[in-house]
Amino acid sequence: MAEGESPAQGSRAGGRPSRLRARDRRGPAPEVQATDGAVGESSPSAMLDIRDLRIHFPTDDGLVKAVDGLSFVLDRRRTLGIVGESGSGKSVTSLGILGLYNTGNARMSGKIYLDGEDLVAADQARVRELRGSKMAMIFQDPLSSLHPYYTIGNQIAEAYLIHNKVSKKAARAHAVDMLKRVGIPQAASRIDDYPHQFSGGMRQRAMIAMALSCDPELLIADEPTTALDVTVQAQILDLISDLQQEYDSAVIIITHDLGVVAELADDILVMYAGRMAEYGRSEDIFLHPGHPYTWGLLGSMPRLDRTRMDRLLSIRGTPPSLINVPAGCPFNPRCDYASRTNGRSEKEVPALRQVGPGHLVACHLSTDEQRRIWAERDKVAS
Amino acid sequence: MGTFIVRRLIATVFLLIIVSMVTFAIFFWLPKLGGQTTYGLATQYVGRNPTREAVLQVEQQLGLNRPLYLQYWHYLSAIVVGEHYNAGPVTAYCPPPCFGYSFKSQQPVWPQMVSDIPVTLSLAIGASILWLIGGISIGVLSALKRGTIFDRFSMGVALAGVSLPIFFTGLIALELFSYRWPIFPNVTYVPFTQNPYLWAKNLVLPWVCLAFLYAALYARLTRAGMLETMSEDYIRTARAKGLQERTVIVKHGLRAALTPIITIFGMDLGLLLGGAILTEVTFSLHGLGLFTIEAVQNQDFPEIMGVVMLASFFIIIANLFVDILYAYVDPRVRH
Repeated sequence: MAEGESPAQGSRAGGRPSRLRARDRRGPAPEVQATDGAVGESSPSAMLDIRDLRIHFPTDDGLVKAVDGLSFVLDRRRTLGIVGESGSGKSVTSLGILGLYNTGNARMSGKIYLDGEDLVAADQARVRELRGSKMAMIFQDPLSSLHPYYTIGNQIAEAYLIHNKVSKKAARAHAVDMLKRVGIPQAASRIDDYPHQFSGGMRQRAMIAMALSCDPELLIADEPTTALDVTVQAQILDLISDLQQEYDSAVIIITHDLGVVAELADDILVMYAGRMAEYGRSEDIFLHPGHPYTWGLLGSMPRLDRTRMDRLLSIRGTPPSLINVPAGCPFNPRCDYASRTNGRSEKEVPALRQVGPGHLVACHLSTDEQRRIWAERDKVAS
Repeated sequence: MGTFIVRRLIATVFLLIIVSMVTFAIFFWLPKLGGQTTYGLATQYVGRNPTREAVLQVEQQLGLNRPLYLQYWHYLSAIVVGEHYNAGPVTAYCPPPCFGYSFKSQQPVWPQMVSDIPVTLSLAIGASILWLIGGISIGVLSALKRGTIFDRFSMGVALAGVSLPIFFTGLIALELFSYRWPIFPNVTYVPFTQNPYLWAKNLVLPWVCLAFLYAALYARLTRAGMLETMSEDYIRTARAKGLQERTVIVKHGLRAALTPIITIFGMDLGLLLGGAILTEVTFSLHGLGLFTIEAVQNQDFPEIMGVVMLASFFIIIANLFVDILYAYVDPRVRH
């Protein structure tokens, strides 16, 4: 398999791997817990192993269940795309992994194993040590995410300095090196620029350089291209995928843009109301989606290879309040097929069910029914 | 940066000329519009039961009988090159910067003002250090502990501090710490060069009272600024890098929150350097503030003019410093 062939150090020393290689790289189906919330006792071996993660925020209006029983596994050198509407818990999940909710009034439970170490139970200082070094994050809006008063170089070197015992000079040299690596021309002079002197694409490159400055094994990119021009988007996505090859890291891409995950992700996790709706390899999600919500997301994506419709299909209704999540299947008030489940949708929370190798769907519809409905929808659309 | 400073200094000179014109007009031209005669004006400076000859002599001496534009021109040129005054039998030379002679005491204005500057300067600098440290640290703590008892208590005290005038807090402080428990028995100015310990000890009460007034304002400003910056995206980035929370707060949060405070600080300090009138009166410290009060009470126009010019100069210079500092603090201003 392509994954096995790409040697860990080889790609780093050698030339820049092409995007094609990244796209061809389809590993075996990932292993996942087959049932909702079943916390296995096996020792975690993957880069990231999340089990029954819950992140709740008590507010004056009630308990916001931003993430409610999420489990997934991510191996090294693989890219997971997390998709969902705003408020589905994508960003909360990623900030939760980084331990940025450990303080304050958030309530976190479950397990987050990073390379075998549980971050939920670990103490603050330990999580802080890992943050920025073993796991790093790229944020959505690079202008507001970079400090306006410090130079780009200063901000990159800062991340490197706290995790490595090096001199300021060495950290600065490293920052120049990182800027070069993310493709910023004249890195040695641009390093003393301030964020406002960079263009949007360059700022995002600088963000990436900052995130990668300590060779993180887990990289989380939260909507990395949302604030950028379309032409720059592709460059940034290429860059992330190239650097992933170079660093052998596991990558999580959080997005509402299915185009982005189609480009990059090996696996896709569809989130709805803080829970997993569907999970599987990219091909499975795009070709044989099983969850009505995934159908809705795919239907709302413009496609050139289909006849142009009068309008894109949208999912009716709005995402549920995370305080009063609908009883039964959280998607049932918006689901066109809820009536076919004999009322189970309104009463029972659907368990994650394996519908194919490594392909999980949380839906009351039978696998056959899912296939039939998707085939019909696909036919109508084409 | 160099051209910027030069440009600002030239602008400062023009600004000072305008200030001098306005003040001069207020004191020398407006009363004439109201019907005041030069004779009437001169009468005030003669003493009791003035004789006509004495008044005319004073009018001549003070140059009040000359046309206004000439009087103004002499005023300006005296500041730059000095002036020879015809004081009866002898001619007195007043070296630049010459702000004229006091109408009342017949003494040159400038040396009197200069002798009062150290008092005001000591008062303003000492108090500002206190209120910066106190105000900013309380503001930061309040923001970080928002909604706690500490926050509510300190913001309540801050509200009191903003509302209570110095002649209230000052008198209470004097009553308590000068008379009842004489920890700071004399509030008299001792020059720093003469005895630094006494200088500081005697100024503690005025410093604290003045700083209390300002610290309250600065605490509220800092708190609001910190609450805003700590919710910025770049703070999340700083945390995501794995920085210590202390570094996140001070280096990333406070740094950004302090920028607007610098502006206000410049103005406040400039204003205080022109004379902390209420504080000086309350504690009987003879600085520029008391100088101003006495000048106004005596209708001593050269003294009033002089102190207005000096105060404007301090404010303008303080603002210039703020602008320069701002360019260093906020790189977005520089480019």
